[in-house]
Amino acid sequence: MSKSNIPQFLVHSPEDNVGVVVVEDLKAGTKMLGVITENDTTIHVTAVHDIPIGHKIALKDLKKDDTVIKYGEDVGRMTGGAKVGEHVHTHNHRTKRW
Amino acid sequence: MATKKGKSSADTSNLSFRGWRRENGRVGVRNHVLILPLDDLSNAACEAVANNIKGTLAVPHHYGRLQFGEDLELHFRTLIGAGSNPNVAAVVVIGIEDGWTDRVVKGIAKTGKPVIGFGIEGHGDIAIIAKASYKAKEFVQWASELKREECDISELWVSTKCGESDTTTGLGSCPTVGNMYDKLIPKGIYGVFGETSEITGAEHICVKRAATPAIGEKWMKTFTAYQNDVIEANKVDDLSDSQPTKGNIAGGLSSIEEKAMGNLEKIGRNSMFIDVLKPAETPAQGPGLYYMDTSSAAAECVTLMAAGGYVVHTFPTGQGNIIGNPIVPVIKISANPKTLRTMPEHIDVDVTGILRRDMTLDTAGDALIDMIVRTSNGRLTAAEALGHREFVMTKLYRSA
Repeated sequence: MSKSNIPQFLVHSPEDNVGVVVVEDLKAGTKMLGVITENDTTIHVTAVHDIPIGHKIALKDLKKDDTVIKYGEDVGRMTGGAKVGEHVHTHNHRTKRW
Repeated sequence: MATKKGKSSADTSNLSFRGWRRENGRVGVRNHVLILPLDDLSNAACEAVANNIKGTLAVPHHYGRLQFGEDLELHFRTLIGAGSNPNVAAVVVIGIEDGWTDRVVKGIAKTGKPVIGFGIEGHGDIAIIAKASYKAKEFVQWASELKREECDISELWVSTKCGESDTTTGLGSCPTVGNMYDKLIPKGIYGVFGETSEITGAEHICVKRAATPAIGEKWMKTFTAYQNDVIEANKVDDLSDSQPTKGNIAGGLSSIEEKAMGNLEKIGRNSMFIDVLKPAETPAQGPGLYYMDTSSAAAECVTLMAAGGYVVHTFPTGQGNIIGNPIVPVIKISANPKTLRTMPEHIDVDVTGILRRDMTLDTAGDALIDMIVRTSNGRLTAAEALGHREFVMTKLYRSA
């Protein structure tokens, strides 16, 4: 796989509304290539923030109290909003449990 | 060198390794002579014996006094299980007094391996260290002449638990372990997963992996008990400061549900679990995948699985958990390129190619199987070479 085909983010399931950045030093404004691993399809999202490796980006506009879907499953709720390409992390995402 | 790219050298049709067959028929991949303290007070004597007699291994720990009930039973089960592990050739047990020391000796003796106990009271440390050292020397010289023999892969018991997880463990290193189990469980190995608290948010998926509805009910009862007795009874908030951990959060995880989904990737797609084990319990339903009720703290969990009789541990990590165990080799697998760049000496199997999409899960699983076989044949893991010997007892409640 040539360098230009290396994805900047991966998504587990086509149902997910977040993806995971898998490269270091990702800068705001980068037009990112993403791969949905379950069906091997590609998508493109532009990063709104600098996102550390491993951290999530919104694939859809998410608002407070929306359910975050990853692996095609409910993995918690938004406590704030995030537009497409914005960082989703502990500042706007929390558990529904405990 | 960590295995790069995972060149598939594991022809899974005819896999074997060279291990030590013990008196009870089980096969070990290490040949330790253990100097095992019954209690915290006896650590000093055990460490002195291990210092006197080269090639022996002391496993100091913090407990063993005034425990009672299920907590005491777990203490004995863990010590007896550790001594009985096939990676151990012979055991010297030292305790403060003879009664409980003898209980551990008798438990280990059921395997048929050489074991002897010493109580310190009435003699003092110095006399006991001398007596135990003579015996340890005899054991280690005997063990050093035991020969490895060719064994089929089905004789391996392989455990798993991940640590310092991040989003890359769910994408790469945990499904690598799952792929390994999908290939080796059908060949007749014993597998085990646990981490009861870290199934939270994925319990509806986990319960479906029970082989029968009755096993599923047993699992749900275990899960609910942990939630009620440990989490709900002691929590002061939604645990967001400790589950996910600070390391998990740095790595991009932001809820327990997200962490749980990644955790469960370790059991692959095909295997169903055939029993729910108490902590440190030895599986008794034949080959297959088991669930063990454990904490999610790495050293506690790996120690319990070693006490259950597992001889090799597979440990996916994202941010770089550095744990090892004195009794079982702990194989580290990571898909996080930053971790491979910043602390490569801790990682045995590099599966970063999964994130770049230039390594398939199938290839990664083969690379792990290859490393399991090499480790079983004697390759030291990163954790062994670096001297990691975390032996940590699980304590259920305060002592009397």
